[in-house]
Amino acid sequence: MKIKLSYSSANRAAAYPYLLYMLVFTIVPVLLVIYYSLTNDEGAFTTANFSRVFEGVYLSVMWRSVKLAAGSTLMCFLIGYPLAYVIASLDTKSKTWLNRDTILFLIIVPMWMNFLLRTYAWLTILEKNGIINSFLDMLHITKLNLLYNNGAVVLGMVYNFVPFMILPVYTVLNKMDNSLIEAAQDLGAGKLHVFFKVIFPMSIPGVISGVNMVFMPAVTTFVVSDLLGGKQFILVGNLIEQQFLTVYDWHFGSAISVILMIVILFTIGIVGAADKDSDGGQLI
Amino acid sequence: MRILKRCYILLMLLFLYAPIFVLMVFSFNSSRSRGRWGGFTTDWYAALWSDREIKQALITTLLIAVISAVVACIAGTAAALGINSFGKVQKRAVLAVNNLPVLNPDIVTGVSLMILFQFFFRIIGGGSMGFVTLLLAHITFNIPYVILSVLPKLRQLDKNMYEAALDLGATAPRAFFKVILPEISGGIISGFILAFTLSIDDFVISFFTTGQGVSNLSIMIYGMARRGINPKINALSTIIFIVVMVLLYLVNKINKEKDAK
Repeated sequence: MKIKLSYSSANRAAAYPYLLYMLVFTIVPVLLVIYYSLTNDEGAFTTANFSRVFEGVYLSVMWRSVKLAAGSTLMCFLIGYPLAYVIASLDTKSKTWLNRDTILFLIIVPMWMNFLLRTYAWLTILEKNGIINSFLDMLHITKLNLLYNNGAVVLGMVYNFVPFMILPVYTVLNKMDNSLIEAAQDLGAGKLHVFFKVIFPMSIPGVISGVNMVFMPAVTTFVVSDLLGGKQFILVGNLIEQQFLTVYDWHFGSAISVILMIVILFTIGIVGAADKDSDGGQLI
Repeated sequence: MRILKRCYILLMLLFLYAPIFVLMVFSFNSSRSRGRWGGFTTDWYAALWSDREIKQALITTLLIAVISAVVACIAGTAAALGINSFGKVQKRAVLAVNNLPVLNPDIVTGVSLMILFQFFFRIIGGGSMGFVTLLLAHITFNIPYVILSVLPKLRQLDKNMYEAALDLGATAPRAFFKVILPEISGGIISGFILAFTLSIDDFVISFFTTGQGVSNLSIMIYGMARRGINPKINALSTIIFIVVMVLLYLVNKINKEKDAK
């Protein structure tokens, strides 16, 4: 008994250094951000930073970020879901290139490329003297302004984040109980009916985590908007970056960060709760 | 229907790979302009090879990735060991804080660490961000992932095994290395791989926590891309893509052979 006690207390002690580390590098930084968001340059308490966030200019930046991220998420769903569905229907044992493992592998590979390189790649294609415009030029069609607009930013987001939609949806579809689908077919349901009444509702947990995994990075990115949207194209991420690195208004930057943090943690909480509900509700 | 399916897969693969292949092809283009093909050249690779800044950035990236992953593995495994024997409430509280860097947007993590470092420098009255702060930032976001991949293995562990080893006269360290470690090594290894790749791929947090003259590859590429197209980046992309492809292929193959056994 004595040994057992000393074992578990010695074990617990193994976590103490990390608890201290967490205090310094996780908790204190968050507290500092909150502190900065609630003070002004003289260190006096103020809520002015937060009320500034809700001024017209900044509100429109927030709105644009949410709009573009939501649009990208929708696009990822529209093109990613069918692909996940098609992959899940592929033969696993096929020896041709068209087997599940190969396609999944090919979808994962670009994710391992540096994020900046993937975004940069689109510059080559879209820019003024890029491939598309050179091609148009050859056909004597006027060049298009493909870069530095909403479309380019959404394209960059979709390109970077669509695997995050495909993979969770695929995982859910792959684990789906085939007997339910067969039962629906036996009971006379048509193909479309089976999809909308059985398959799609059961795949919703995958869609939810896909939406989560696409929307979160899309709404906070500043790289995609910076490279493909141009310097005057501002999203929440760019706004925070500017406040810290060019304007040096840490107080305002912190206020935006605090809002972003609250919104995201809150959303994750809701999605997490919804996820649990649907899991339990569906299995029983 | 089958043809439709095939076409859709091909179309999506084209979407995912076209930009990368364009980069690869144009890394051999002698004309600096992207639209036109000016003839085959390997000059950009030579230029890349002799670029000291890029070499330095590569060394920094690898150093930070290796050190931060090793430190995160040791610290994370020790922490997971402790957390595993915590009571329910304590465990939940610690894991909630542990998850904060995982769930928080990168930009918020980056900004908050930057404030921490600057605050510290102000207190001690000197110093500036650089390699050390970059390393600390990477260790900070890596440890939670190691803990999350080691904890499930510890939960599966049969506690009696460890106690049996102690009863049979093994010292505590010996029992740990002979009994516990082999059982959780899978979790530690996947934690290491995760930490290493996260570190190599990170841009946002690094961007806020580094200082003058210290850049990893991501920061370097960002700086170059912001100034416009640079054929050297194309050459770099080609090399990185091939390395990634080969490594993933090998890992995949090894896993498959393991499964077959």
